[in-house]
Amino acid sequence: MEQPVRADHTGRVGSRRPRARLGKVLAPYLLSLPAGLWLVALFLIPLVIMLSLSLHTCNFGTGACVMTWHWAEFGQQLSLYHGPFLNSIYYAGAAALIDLVISYPIAYWIAFYGGSKKNFFLLMLLVPFFVSFVIRTVVWNFILSDNGVILGSLKHAHLLPQGFRVLSTGYAVVAGLAYNYLPFTALPLYVAIERIDKTVLDAAYDLYATRREAFTRVILPLTVPGLFAAFLLTFIPALGDYVNQQVLGGTSNTMIGSVIQTAFANLDYAGGSALSAMLLAIALIGIFAYARVLGSRTIEEYL
Amino acid sequence: MTTLAATAAEQEVSGRRPSRPARRRRWTRFVLPGYSWLVIAYLVFPIAVMIAYSFNKVTTGLPQVSFGWNGATLQWYRQWNGVPQLTTAFWLSVRLAVATTLLATVLGTLLALALVRYRPPRFRGRAAIEQVLFLNIAAPEIVLGVSLLGLFIVFNVARGFLTLLLAHVAFSIAYVTITVRARMSGFDRSLEEAAHDLYANGWATFRKITLPLIMPGILAGALMAFAISIDDFVTSNFVSGASIPFPVYVYNATRIGIPPQVFVFGTAIFSVGILCALASIVVSRRRV
Repeated sequence: MEQPVRADHTGRVGSRRPRARLGKVLAPYLLSLPAGLWLVALFLIPLVIMLSLSLHTCNFGTGACVMTWHWAEFGQQLSLYHGPFLNSIYYAGAAALIDLVISYPIAYWIAFYGGSKKNFFLLMLLVPFFVSFVIRTVVWNFILSDNGVILGSLKHAHLLPQGFRVLSTGYAVVAGLAYNYLPFTALPLYVAIERIDKTVLDAAYDLYATRREAFTRVILPLTVPGLFAAFLLTFIPALGDYVNQQVLGGTSNTMIGSVIQTAFANLDYAGGSALSAMLLAIALIGIFAYARVLGSRTIEEYL
Repeated sequence: MTTLAATAAEQEVSGRRPSRPARRRRWTRFVLPGYSWLVIAYLVFPIAVMIAYSFNKVTTGLPQVSFGWNGATLQWYRQWNGVPQLTTAFWLSVRLAVATTLLATVLGTLLALALVRYRPPRFRGRAAIEQVLFLNIAAPEIVLGVSLLGLFIVFNVARGFLTLLLAHVAFSIAYVTITVRARMSGFDRSLEEAAHDLYANGWATFRKITLPLIMPGILAGALMAFAISIDDFVTSNFVSGASIPFPVYVYNATRIGIPPQVFVFGTAIFSVGILCALASIVVSRRRV
């Protein structure tokens, strides 16, 4: 698919005036300057400020912060909120695994048998994104509510005890996360499977592989990097999510996103920043581990 | 044509492995498509619920959505702007998304052009830019929200439309760049060289040749930016201040009761979005 980028024609430039040549030399920098400045000013510098804020000491009453190099903030926040951190890792991990299991077969089917309707099926995978994220989660609150469409009818048929509930348990949070982030898993998986040269399957069959062997020994190993990429691309955003937990979960299953949100609402900028920095660290560890094990930078290919 | 090709492929496969019992394959053939349609149904189901509930009657005094079905009504469509804060929030989101799309598409496309055309000896720092783009997309969104709020607090910037716009462009650029770059990978540069040989100057070449060719990619990137911006909750919630966009309004409303008009707006956004997407699929198929 990817086409090698050809070197620029320099021969033609020779006859041109020096000003034009300078423009050519500067071209890549001029083209990337506006976006680059924007990203430096509103992405990289804010990250640095976030790290520095976590070393500040803040007045909870006024929100005024003073730099105190308070490194202990991280330890204190961690000892206070390791529970929500573990909840986040546990729920996001469970949701990402569920999404892998749900979306592998459909990604496989679209990649191998989608034919001319591939785009339509990919659109169907993306269909949740056409409804606002918060509304989707609210609708799941309806669906899973104690006397809602599903549980209500099951209870009516005496298939479930009257006291049975899903809402405000960890299961509801995982269900919401799994639904909301499914496209984040399915699309990278599709990219990974689509990329497989279909003739390797023919080769496997020619070598008397059964269908199962062809899958487990050819297709599956070829998609391992894609599986891990899809896992990470689902796990990381789900890790910081707090909408699902707030709308579907209860008080006993707080995720770290809620804690950060509350910290900022209470003007505890240092604490909130420290927690966010640790959250980012977890995400980065995942990405670096991926690069280490499966070759660097390949995760970008699945975006 | 598809069915023909499929049948041909099937014959080929069965010809290769005649020992395979034909009866077993006949029903297993439906497992994968059946499963896939189930997944699609699962993805569509909550949307169907949302659309259905936008027609739900409200029996209690307060106009709030409830999960009990009270019969169909068009009341909420007739009174679509009956909740002033909601309507304000919606138009704020639309204005924000349009402004974000314009800015992010221009910036992201220029960056994509630089990334596609120039490699390290001529373009130092290319790898660093790619790393930043990747980090921007991969970082949990709450980290972006927190860090931007930190920035606005430190520099004492009042939160409002401007901070929302700054933030939305900041997280949309990377998506636009990646989308445009992906669509540009098959770009044939010899067309530009031909224009050049025909004495077109740089700007004319760009306007007459390059831009029309990469337009589908730019449009895809713009749609992406619009979709991300209008749906963003996490970052917006941190940097919105008193100007509340649609998703933040809905989230706040979950605490006090959601007016049924929320689902009307949700249905409208969904319908417009899905129609645009289907249209683009039809158009792209006709062109091929």
